[in-house]
Parts: sequence; C-alpha cells; structure tokens
Amino acid sequence: MMRAIGLGVGLFGLWLALSGYFKPFLLSLGVLSCIATVLIAQRMRLLDRETVPLELPLTLLLYWAWLGREVMKSSIAVSRVILARKMPIAQQLIRVPTTQHTEMGHTIFANSITLTPGTVTVETTDDSYIIHALTDAACDMDGFASMDARAAKVGGA
Amino acid sequence: MHELLGMAADIISIFLFIIGGGFMLIGAIGIIRLPDFWSRLHAAGIIDTVGAELILTGMMFQAGFTQVTVKLILIGLFLFVTSPTSTHALANAAFTAGIMPLGMKRNESDKVLKPAPVRDGVKT
Repeated sequence: MMRAIGLGVGLFGLWLALSGYFKPFLLSLGVLSCIATVLIAQRMRLLDRETVPLELPLTLLLYWAWLGREVMKSSIAVSRVILARKMPIAQQLIRVPTTQHTEMGHTIFANSITLTPGTVTVETTDDSYIIHALTDAACDMDGFASMDARAAKVGGA
Repeated sequence: MHELLGMAADIISIFLFIIGGGFMLIGAIGIIRLPDFWSRLHAAGIIDTVGAELILTGMMFQAGFTQVTVKLILIGLFLFVTSPTSTHALANAAFTAGIMPLGMKRNESDKVLKPAPVRDGVKT
C-alpha cells in the first residue's frame, strides 16, 4: 500500500513538472491517469523494492554530489591522456572486490565506477567486479574501496 | 539589481558552455585518436557525463526558476542513470564476444569468473 501511494505521488509530481497545467479539468485528468497507472502496476505485481525504492535515503543526493566531483577529477585525467602527444594508455582488466550485499548497492557501486571516465564495469559477480581501466592511475584500489563504502551506506545493508 | 543578476547568470552559463563544449570536443578527439573499442568507451564516457551535464547546467542558468529548469534537471538525472547502463551493456557485450583490449597490460578476469562447471566430462 505504501508503495502504491509512493508511486502515485511520484507519478503525479512528474506529471505536474512536465505538463505545467493547473486547470482543474486537466489536473483531474492527470490524477485519473496516475491512478490508472498505479492500478495497472499493482495488477502486474510491479510494486516492489526495485520499482518503487522508497528505502533510498536522502543521503543519495550527498553521494551524487561527491560522485560528481570524482567524475570531474577523472575526466580531467582522461582528457590529459587523450591530449598527450604520445597517449600513455595501459589498458587492463582488473578485479575489484565489493562488499555490497543489496541489489541497489551493487547497482549504485557498479554504475558509479562506469560513470567515472577511465573505468568501466565489465562483469559483476556477488563478491567482485571485472573493471576495464584505461591507465595505471585509473586503477586506484583505495579509491574503489572508499567508493564501495559510500555506496554501501546509500544502498543499504 | 535584476540586470546584474541576469548578467551574472549569463556569465556563469557561458563559462559552463565553454567548459562543457571543451570536454565534448576532447571526447570527440579521443574517439578518433584512441586505438580500440575499449579505450574509445572512456572518451565517449567523457562526452555523456561531464560534457552533457555541464551544458545542461549552463542551460539551467539561462532558464532561471522556470518549468524548463525542472525538465532540464530531469533530463540530467535520467542521463546520469542511463548512460552508465548503456556503456556497461556495450562493454559486457564486447567482453562476452571475446574482444580484448589492445596491448592489455594486466588481465585479472579469470580471478572473478569461476570456470564453467564440467558436467559428465562436457564443458557447459
């Protein structure tokens, strides 16, 4: 029930943000379509942790701010590699251990690694990932460990 | 006062457009210069993370506190979530297909993947 309400509120918020209409007739159409969507989702048994992640804490925003800074730093590093006269690349597939034990945690950590230029998650298992790194500097194991800890805090234990 | 704020917003957004455009240009150069599929993924990563997000932020400063900014924030969020997904899909497909990085320095992928189970003497 909580998830149905959460999905309905989220959908209506999105409807308002995207339409920008505040006329009563159009508003009621919006409400009706949101309710219909929630009912259909309920009937398809789609309302679970994955589709309506109400458990995600607000610290996700702080995590994104931190991640944004990391992304900026590593894109400058990759830009330097690209612009160097003799591109100093040393491609490697490395194993990165992970301590995540929720699906959301795995998603957040693996996607964060891919999002930072210089590293891409290639394959995931329960306890470690294969990461493709462009340079030696990109395989910073301490950096991965600290990202892992932060993602675990957001993704839940 | 209002004009001053508008000018400040203009300056900030011009600054963001230049930086974002610069990163996009570098990414494009990287796609041409880098030697193989795997390294080009990283150049594409620069374009769709820093490049796109900085330009979207610049547009937000142009739009001010309007509905357009809300839509731009949503576009930024969706891009933030979907672009690593597509990059991962590409990388995973290449790995499954057996394409290996050019001049690979270190390969630890065997340590992660367990060998395929042998059943009745036949590898599955």
